[in-house]
Amino acid sequence: MTPPQRRRRHPTELPQPAGKQAEGKIPERLYVLTGAAEDGDRAELDLVTLIVARTDAPQSATPEQAALLRLCIAPLSVAELSAYLNLPYSVVTVLLTELLAAELVQARAPIVRQALPDRSLLEAVMHGLQKL
Amino acid sequence: MDFKSSDTITGPRTEDHLPSTAQAAAKIVIVGGFGVGKTTMVGSVSEIRPLTTEETMTQAGVGVDDNYGSDTKTATTVAMDFGRISITEQLVLYLFGTPGQERFWFLWNGLFEGALGAVVLIDTRRLEVSFDVIGRLEERGVPFVIAVNSFPDAPRYPIEDLRSALDLAPEIPIVECDARRRASSRDTLMALMRFLYSLEMTKTSPV
Ligand SMILES: Nc1nc2c(ncn2[C@@H]2O[C@H](COP(=O)(O)OP(=O)(O)OP(=O)(O)O)[C@@H](O)[C@H]2O)c(=O)[nH]1
Ligand SMILES: [Mg+2]
Repeated sequence: MTPPQRRRRHPTELPQPAGKQAEGKIPERLYVLTGAAEDGDRAELDLVTLIVARTDAPQSATPEQAALLRLCIAPLSVAELSAYLNLPYSVVTVLLTELLAAELVQARAPIVRQALPDRSLLEAVMHGLQKL
Repeated sequence: MDFKSSDTITGPRTEDHLPSTAQAAAKIVIVGGFGVGKTTMVGSVSEIRPLTTEETMTQAGVGVDDNYGSDTKTATTVAMDFGRISITEQLVLYLFGTPGQERFWFLWNGLFEGALGAVVLIDTRRLEVSFDVIGRLEERGVPFVIAVNSFPDAPRYPIEDLRSALDLAPEIPIVECDARRRASSRDTLMALMRFLYSLEMTKTSPV
C-alpha cells in the first residue's frame, strides 16, 4: 500500500497578494470583531506576552480592567487572560493597551524565533522537558 | 460581548500561578487536521488544565447584494486550546493546538512567526489533510517535525515512504507518538527541540 503523495505548490499557485486579485473574483472578506478601526493604536502584544499588575485597580477602573488587574497579580500570558476572562484575544489586547498606557500593568516580551538569543535557551527547554 | 461580572471570573488556581520571577515565554504550535489529537497532546504535557482562547470574526456575505443596508454578515468563532510548561523560574513554554485550516491563522497575530517551531500531527488514515499545513510552514520558514499519531486502525507506512509521500527534506524528523501519553508527547517536543538545536548549530558554524 502506498500513501497519497503531496505535491508542492508552485510559485504560480501561491495566493495573490491583496489588491492583485483577479478581476471578477471576489475575495473572501474576513474581519476581526473589535472596536478599534486600526491596529496601529494597539500595543504589540503576543499571545505569550506575560502581563503583571503594577498596582491594585484604581477607583476609576472599569469592571473589565479591575477583573484583569486582579487576575495578573502573578504573571499571566495574554492567552490565559483571554481564556479566564472569556474574552477574545483581540478584545484583551485592546484592554491591555489602555492598562499599559495608564501604567497599571507591565508587559514582559516573549522570546520569538527571529530573536533567539542563543543555544542556552534551547538547552534550558530540553532540560526542562526532561524533568516532565 | 458577554463579559462575565468580575466576581464570577475564575482565575488560575493558586498552584497554577507562575512565580513572579517569570521573565519571558516562548511558544510551540501543534498543528494538524480535524480530530488528529492536538487537544490530547496539549493536555497530556501541560502543567495546567488546558485552556481555550477564542476569536470571533464576521464573514461578509460574499456576492450578495446588500442594498437597503441589509446585513448579511455571519459570525464565526474560532477556538484554540493551549497549555503551559514551566521550564525554569524565569522561562515558560506555551503550547498552542491549532487547526490546520490556515485561513484562520491570521486571527492570532504572529502565532507561527514568533513560535520556536511546530509539531505537525498526522493521521495516516488521512494524510492529505496535512499537505496544506506542511506547505505553509515551509513557505513561512517555520521549523517543524512530523509526529505520526498511532491510531489502531491506521495504515502503517515505513517512515521513508512517509517522507517521500510528504515530500520532506531528509533532515526533517518524523517520529511516532501516542498523544495520550505524556512521555510520548514529551519525546515529540524533545525531537522538535533537538531539531531546532541542530538548525542553530549549522547556522552559526563556520562554512
Ligand atoms: N489511539 C490514539 N488515539 C488518540 C491519540 N491522540 C488522540 N486520540 C484520540 O483521538 C480523538 C481526537 O483527539 P483530539 O485531541 O480531540 O483531537 P483534536 O485534533 O484536538 O481534534 P479537533 O480539535 O476536533 O480538531 C480522541 O478521542 C483522542 O482520545 C493517539 O495518539 N492515539
Ligand atoms: Mg481539539
